[in-house]
Amino acid sequence: MLQPVCPLSSIAPGEAYRWETDPPVAIFHTEDGEVFAIDDTCTHQDASLADGWLEGCEVECPLHASKFDLRTGRVDGPPAKKPVRTHRVEVTDGMVHVALSEGAQS
Amino acid sequence: MQKVAIVGASLAGLAAARALRGQSFTGEIIAIGAERHHPYDRPPLSKDFLTGACTVDDLALSDDEDLGIDWRLGTAATRLDPRRRSIHLADGQEIQVDGVIVATGARARRPAHADGLAGVHTLRTLDDALTLRDELRTTGRLVVIGAGFIGAEVASSARSLGWDVTVVEGLPTPLAGPLGPEMGALCAQLHADHGVRLKTGTPVSALLGSDRIEAVELADGVRLPADLVVAGIGAIPNVEWLDGSGLTVDGGVVTDAAGATGLPTVVATGDCAVSFSPFAGRAVRSEHWTHALDHPATAVATLLGATAPDTGKAPYFWSDQYGVRLQFAGHREPGDTVRIVEGDPEQRSFLAVYERGGHPVAVLGMNQPRLFTRWRRQLRAVPQEA
Ligand SMILES: Cc1cc2nc3c(=O)[nH]c(=O)nc-3n(C[C@H](O)[C@H](O)[C@H](O)COP(=O)(O)OP(=O)(O)OC[C@H]3O[C@@H](n4cnc5c(N)ncnc54)[C@H](O)[C@@H]3O)c2cc1C
Ligand code: FES
Repeated sequence: MLQPVCPLSSIAPGEAYRWETDPPVAIFHTEDGEVFAIDDTCTHQDASLADGWLEGCEVECPLHASKFDLRTGRVDGPPAKKPVRTHRVEVTDGMVHVALSEGAQS
Repeated sequence: MQKVAIVGASLAGLAAARALRGQSFTGEIIAIGAERHHPYDRPPLSKDFLTGACTVDDLALSDDEDLGIDWRLGTAATRLDPRRRSIHLADGQEIQVDGVIVATGARARRPAHADGLAGVHTLRTLDDALTLRDELRTTGRLVVIGAGFIGAEVASSARSLGWDVTVVEGLPTPLAGPLGPEMGALCAQLHADHGVRLKTGTPVSALLGSDRIEAVELADGVRLPADLVVAGIGAIPNVEWLDGSGLTVDGGVVTDAAGATGLPTVVATGDCAVSFSPFAGRAVRSEHWTHALDHPATAVATLLGATAPDTGKAPYFWSDQYGVRLQFAGHREPGDTVRIVEGDPEQRSFLAVYERGGHPVAVLGMNQPRLFTRWRRQLRAVPQEA
């Protein structure tokens, strides 16, 4: 089910928004204008990935530098070992909508 | 190049193996490690691992990824022979290879006069941490020698387990080297916040006890009773095995920024290497986790004869103590000015920026991951005068 989250204009390109749902979701607006949603909490410890370093379609965890692919949720290397969940995003009429994925958080 | 040996099977060694495969090396990889363990993560050893919040399994650095590595664990390399292009192992084997990646890291410095005294520990390896964790199962009086990051983290972990903790530091201000005196003093206040005594400016003169440690004596004559001592007094690079190899060793294996040594078939990376850093403007031995994670890819490119990628990223490290997250990026030199640009040290949440000639050169965050990351990505090496 798609849920409205925030206007796209509220997330500048290269920035992220932390959506306080349970568990929280990070919404990224890339420099190329794409929008992605992934679980906000790093799978290593309790960092918020919305605080991380966005480069292209990858976010680097703000604490210990594991990088997650925004398209697949895959992690590139230690210390995190598990992927994050990705969520489907649609932008309609300037509003970001997210459909939360089913299934357990890793 | 058909056969590459990685010497040192920890973070930098594993990162080198991944980089070799990532850079399409299809030949043989032999990873030689003095420890019997597969690569594991060291930072939790002084933090969650000591308190029991994470387990040995959590420490593993990789999930059975198949890199096609021939692991030779539990045996140290004892000699590098460049003429025969071979590595000698402690078990008597000699392995002939085309290329060598030196990633032997560092070991903990032992305190003087500790020999034969039970209850005096250092912390570098998983085996060290297992022993220390066992000792911490009771409670009592712990004296930590050295108020650097590892000392402070051990103090914090032991305190949370109910130990009575005193930290002794010979310098007037802890962490003044990396953080400067102002910020070092601020961070050192965390000890008092949590009921840990900090005694600075007086070095340890003796460790007292017959079989087991009983007290730590300071140069001013004060005796601190101790049931347990942990020394966090720095690390020594593991480079003695390279004696006679022809490599230049000066406080570590000397390399250029890309990990190249004086021998074209040998590169060095991680904690064992003294490498030119554009941020410091000179060769430094970086003892940071992210350096051991990222730099091996550059060293591997150098070994394979490719152009080494330069990320231009500032050096970065973190420390977790007393539930507080410290993060530091860049490079500070004596004389740099520092000012707090956000937050309040009294609230144990702030961001400080170090400047040289009006340029930001380093940034320190306490419980400010978001803002810290923003500043961190702005940092660029200050151009050096030619
Ligand atoms: C307790 C602790 C906490 C830390 N916390 C942090 C932190 O919070 N943040 C941070 O940024 N950094 C931290 N660090 C530093 C970080 O862990 C190191 O920078 C990193 O481990 C360096 O990796 P390395 O692979 O270069 O060297 P090492 O991890 O030292 O590994 C070198 C390996 O080589 C092996 N070896 C040595 N000699 C030989 C030989 N002759 N033959 C074969 N093998 C050999 C060693 O046994 C070892 O396994 C911490 C370190 C410790 C010890
Ligand atoms: S919390 Fe994200 S890598 Fe450690």
